[in-house]
Amino acid sequence: MSTQEFDRTYSPLIFELGQDGRANRYVEEGKPLDAFLPKDVLRGDLPLPDNSELDVIRHFTKLSQRTFGIDMGFYPLGSCTMKYNPRVNDAMAGKREFAQLHPYTPDELAQGALQVMYELERSLASLFGMAAFSLNPAAGAHAELAALLIAKKYFKDRGETQRDKVIVPDTAHGTNPASAAMCGFKVISLPSDERGRVSVEEIQKVLGPDTAVCMMTNPNTLGLFEDHIAEIAAAVHDVGGLMYYDGANANAIMGNTRPGDMGFDLMHLNTHKTFTIPHGGGGAGHGPVGVAAHLIDYLPTPVVRAVPALRKAQGDGAPGAPSDGYTFSLDFDRPKSIGPMRSFWSNFAHAVRALAYIYANGAEGLRRVSQLAVLNANYVRVKVAEFLETPYPEICRHEFVASAQELKKETGVKALDLAKALLDHGMMAPTMYFPLIVPECLMIEPTETESKETLDYFISVLRDIVEEAKTNPEKLTAAPVTTVVGRVDETRAARQPDLRWEPLV
Amino acid sequence: MTQPENLLYSKEHEWVKVDGDTAMIGITDYAQNSLGDIVYVELPRVGKQIEQFGNIGVVESVKAVSDLFTPVSGEVVAVNDALESDPAAVNRDPYGAGWLIKVKVKDAAERNNLLSASEYEKIAHE
Amino acid sequence: MLGAIGAGSLDDLLAVPEAIALKASLDVVPALPEYQIGRRFEHFAKKNPGVDYDSFLGAGSYRHYAPPAIAALAMRGEFLTAYTPYQAEVSQGYLQAIYEWQTYICLLTGMDIANASVYDGATALAEGAIMALNANGRKKLLVSRAIHPNYRAVLKTYCDGLDVQIDEIPPSGDGTTDLEVLTREVASNEYAAVVLQSPNFFGNVDALSQAARDAVAASETVPIAVVAEAISLGALATPASWGAQIVVGEAQSFGVAMAYGGPYAGFIASTKEHMRRIPGRLVGKSVDGQGRTAYVLTLQAREQHIRRERATSNICTNQAHCALIATIYLALMGKTGLRDVAALNLERSRELCSAVARIDGVDVKFSAPFFNEFVVDVHQSARDLLAKLQERKILGGVDLGRWYPELSSCILMTATELTTTGEINRLATALGEIVRVHARV
Repeated sequence: MSTQEFDRTYSPLIFELGQDGRANRYVEEGKPLDAFLPKDVLRGDLPLPDNSELDVIRHFTKLSQRTFGIDMGFYPLGSCTMKYNPRVNDAMAGKREFAQLHPYTPDELAQGALQVMYELERSLASLFGMAAFSLNPAAGAHAELAALLIAKKYFKDRGETQRDKVIVPDTAHGTNPASAAMCGFKVISLPSDERGRVSVEEIQKVLGPDTAVCMMTNPNTLGLFEDHIAEIAAAVHDVGGLMYYDGANANAIMGNTRPGDMGFDLMHLNTHKTFTIPHGGGGAGHGPVGVAAHLIDYLPTPVVRAVPALRKAQGDGAPGAPSDGYTFSLDFDRPKSIGPMRSFWSNFAHAVRALAYIYANGAEGLRRVSQLAVLNANYVRVKVAEFLETPYPEICRHEFVASAQELKKETGVKALDLAKALLDHGMMAPTMYFPLIVPECLMIEPTETESKETLDYFISVLRDIVEEAKTNPEKLTAAPVTTVVGRVDETRAARQPDLRWEPLV
Repeated sequence: MTQPENLLYSKEHEWVKVDGDTAMIGITDYAQNSLGDIVYVELPRVGKQIEQFGNIGVVESVKAVSDLFTPVSGEVVAVNDALESDPAAVNRDPYGAGWLIKVKVKDAAERNNLLSASEYEKIAHE
Repeated sequence: MLGAIGAGSLDDLLAVPEAIALKASLDVVPALPEYQIGRRFEHFAKKNPGVDYDSFLGAGSYRHYAPPAIAALAMRGEFLTAYTPYQAEVSQGYLQAIYEWQTYICLLTGMDIANASVYDGATALAEGAIMALNANGRKKLLVSRAIHPNYRAVLKTYCDGLDVQIDEIPPSGDGTTDLEVLTREVASNEYAAVVLQSPNFFGNVDALSQAARDAVAASETVPIAVVAEAISLGALATPASWGAQIVVGEAQSFGVAMAYGGPYAGFIASTKEHMRRIPGRLVGKSVDGQGRTAYVLTLQAREQHIRRERATSNICTNQAHCALIATIYLALMGKTGLRDVAALNLERSRELCSAVARIDGVDVKFSAPFFNEFVVDVHQSARDLLAKLQERKILGGVDLGRWYPELSSCILMTATELTTTGEINRLATALGEIVRVHARV
């Protein structure tokens, strides 16, 4: 007989807990399967564990306690916009009439859902200066793929199939070239200039009749505003190419400037960044794709069509909107569309959340969101610059980069070690080693939902850690020490992949 | 580890050991050190025709991936299968047990496009 | 704070070139205090009466019982607001949960490896097809027409980007894929993969026969299985048992809300030989410096943030939260509960089938064994008949004429463990009346 040792750092796998006879009674007992189907189509055993509801609750509760979320502490992950996820959004998305609505519900019986999608789409179109959005893609990278497929089809229809080059700055997120490759495009990487930006001279060198798309984000991944964006867009348009806006950094520009006005033809948004959809441990995301007028026909199917009603809708005390009188439908009849990107219409539950967030803010509130995001980032930047190298010591937008390169030369302590040391102080580490052009990079994005107290705490802890690097570097290379496990042997994980539990034979 | 003198090198940090009309190919000590712990090597199949400086595979470490370029043209006649279960051999012994492929050389004159040990030494430390 | 930055005002921080500065007023929904947001969304909710109709809708999104214990766990703030577990030391909980998800998918499908989830079943098919294309370098796919039309459409969207051709295999008269045609076509040795869905879009069990398996193996074509109704994995022989090397599908049935189409949880699983090609995130088990069990994202060198344009896929997010929901569902159900749910689906769908088959003028279209969906032929416009049922507040099923012109008089009907005898009786009565009226006309 063994005693169970209390270990807050370890849980057996759910498979190791299970025992016969522990099943829960959620449905009545079913008849034997061979009463309904011939034996040769039935499976043999079903090797899943039975666990009581209490054991399952304890198991996953413990797992949750070993997971760090925004709800627990500061999460300055650059490029991820880890802002607070307001709970009202989840309450709205959880409404029975949304959660239990089947996607094949006839349009006339789902007007509320369609109106949610319509209002979100219209609000995003105006906010970002695009003619239309599709809510079809399931994530940012998915929307990016959709945008490139749109570009590919657009050029094919115009007989311009020689356009096979996609231009991507060397600061770009990895999905940009990966998405391009999935469409059969060749990627040209554009070096950033000494100011960390794309220069018109540099891009002119690679533009030509084979240019399909130039993919950029503004502000870029260094947090710097691409001030020559209008000239760059003009240069790309001059050779007949299209401009694509990676919307990962949209939190920096709302109410201030718009990709449509900068000259972008295509864009995507990550509503799980800018519009507070919870990250949920890595997904589900939601990636609306936006287009300028000449590309509307190519949007993924279906799109939400709105027809103004002939009669006004009756009032019911709820704040009205012009579209309350419209009739909505899903439009599948789009001959030039690239087709659908996923099984059904959108990550609708997330569309509800995003719309609820926009309702909480309105245009002025969203403008304020971006203002505060930029203010917070600059405040942290100038303070951090006092003790850590910031390679671009100028006004940044919603995020900035610091480099531990000098520190590494002096003390051997790397960006990775600083990040791990932060974990011991109840905060998440910033994004590391991205963008690639900054050695020992830390990308820091505080977001607008953090108070000055939290920012000051982060700054003082980081300052102390950098001091410690100079006096006691071994302490940092050993970090983290207060977490349930220390640094994981990733080499072993990759050389001897153990990706699942195996039942004992 | 300094580069063995009897080998030829490419700018992409591969080495070549010529033995008659067969060439053995691997990556240099500098390359394995830069990559860190190697976890997987993707190599061409036996029989594949490859062109000098063409992309023939990939070396993966935990955090990075590096293209493999062949220093010579020809037909792949052998592949180091031991690396499937022991990719660490490339780190431990890049010039010996960590060899990658053997190629039946098409054109001996291609050697003129490669670097000597001292020439490679210079660019490895640039 | 502005003082610390050395800026005079916020405008200094936000300066943009004049030409692109926003001047227009924005047309965005108005700001509301929080309690009014509730009212506004109540207004939207009330305009979805379809949610209260009797429903026999399935076709890729299924109404199943989700125990409240799932939400109690999944909506915990730690799970809800965590990011991707790149910092393993503070993400052990989520990483272990995903490792358990990966294991569940392998146990259910008979595969060796599964990834941390993808967007949904349709994109899982597209990504699975790309794996096969990379495995043998061929440029064509052979795909059963009995696969969900939306899945095939998404596959086409992806294949148009990759210049890959898709050929279709017709269904045979019994509602399964025509294996004679399949066997003949793979022999051309041109197809990277052959794809079957089981249960297929018509609800029928659809697998490779031994002869078809041999032909597929001989031609070095990769067999891919698609599963849209995951509950079926609790009852039917695994795709591994008929030779599938890649299994893709949709886990929405495991406690994920139908939510008008998303978010859902797609899965991709494969045999060991395809491990390096599998896209998306993978959680592996390892140890930390003190030998303690520790989970970590692994084999990341396949992914976009390292390989960039040579990545196996551009995929970045997975569907972690939906996969978590599915994992908790499977933990709560266990083998006993899942078996019982599967058995009840079989029972109710047969009850429904008998009830409608009794009606003169309505026939069950296909003879092959089915799971929880089947096709009826009403010998008149399916669309018009469904509209009449809708007048009686019944959503009788899906009109197959929407995608299969030859089946415009056919309806796909679904029953699950939640379908009641009362609902079935109301449908049968209404259907009987409508058909009789039509016959008299």
